[in-house]
Amino acid sequence: MADSFNFELVSPERLLLSATVTEVVIPGTDGEMTVMAHHAPTMTTIKPGVVTVQTSEGQADRFVVFGGFADILPDGCTLLAESAVSVADIDRDDLAQRLQDAKEDLADATSDSDKQKAQEYLDQLTTLNNAIMAA
Amino acid sequence: MPSLKDLKNRIASVKATQKITKAMQMVAAAKLRRAQEAAEAARPYSQRMAAVMANIAEAVGGGDDAPRLMTGTGSDDTHLLVVCTAERGLCGGFNSQIARFAREHVRRLQSDGKTVKIICVGKKGYDILRREFASLIIERIDFREVKQMSFAQAETVAGKVTDLFNEGGFDVCTLFYSEFKSVISQVPTAQQLIPASAATSEDDAGAAAVYDYEPGATEILEDLLPRSIKVQIFRALLENVAGEMGAKMSAMDNATRNAGEMIDKLSMSYNRQRQAQITKELIEIISGAEAL
Repeated sequence: MADSFNFELVSPERLLLSATVTEVVIPGTDGEMTVMAHHAPTMTTIKPGVVTVQTSEGQADRFVVFGGFADILPDGCTLLAESAVSVADIDRDDLAQRLQDAKEDLADATSDSDKQKAQEYLDQLTTLNNAIMAA
Repeated sequence: MPSLKDLKNRIASVKATQKITKAMQMVAAAKLRRAQEAAEAARPYSQRMAAVMANIAEAVGGGDDAPRLMTGTGSDDTHLLVVCTAERGLCGGFNSQIARFAREHVRRLQSDGKTVKIICVGKKGYDILRREFASLIIERIDFREVKQMSFAQAETVAGKVTDLFNEGGFDVCTLFYSEFKSVISQVPTAQQLIPASAATSEDDAGAAAVYDYEPGATEILEDLLPRSIKVQIFRALLENVAGEMGAKMSAMDNATRNAGEMIDKLSMSYNRQRQAQITKELIEIISGAEAL
């Protein structure tokens, strides 16, 4: 059996999950990464996406996160999410609202770098939306 | 000398007031518990955030490429004060304490020849501060309709602050709020938001881990700083709510007790007067009988 480590998912409002897990898939800004025990210390920002947690009891939990960052240590991992919900509780209307906001942000963006940022965010959200709608 | 009827009316009205203050005290107690829970639930995030910030700040150091939110603009001529107070009164000295603290700060800055700008969060602080500094207040944010303080509110405030900073509206930003020590003690506190004060890492031995940064340390820091501002504001708002409720609870407790004393006093004089009247009537009857 794979080694387990401690994983915490924290949103500003509360501690969502604190469990012993064997692996976690994190949607990093530079690509998805799977964190297992004894991972090299890493700090990464995350993009909107799905975090998949494999607990040591063999149970899989999925959470939708919207931005934030992850602090990975050999013996633990902490994910600080701007906002996070369990996939089961995701509010479709809320997601649609976020998509709408992102589109408006893109329309409002004036400078090139702002435009690029808004476009990237919108793309990430769209991908996430499609993934959830399909599920 | 008030008549018996007047006294009776007053007793009735004080009793009604006592009922109201008692109800308000109980409501505040219930809300206090919720606010405390919210503040506690938010603690892990802000702690982790502080730890990570300290870590990254160490890695990036005070280099030239460090984000401006961290290094500041290089001058400190214009100060922005974000004063967070409650939306409602009837909570003892809670609002005036914060306002007084902020006012002293403004005076000090002005005597040093600095420009001061104020953002008021919460209605009560605005009401107090506008008497003196109406021209300095550039923005007021109201959370009257908000039932439960959530991160979204902190985001609105933080968004305004960072936007203003990016436009070059100020050099130094300080947050004023009331730290929740206990139900009976709230301490007005000033906290510097921008430039981010170098977080003091609690244990230097623990900072040994060498991190891989993805993308780069500077990029992460740039992403992190606005977030950290949001978190600090969020924490201040939560502490404020808890403090307000604590202050309100003890203020209402005092009010209830005072009303009780008042009722005792009024009932005493009511009874005395009633007694005097009875005696007077008796004397009248007896002296009337004697005269016959």
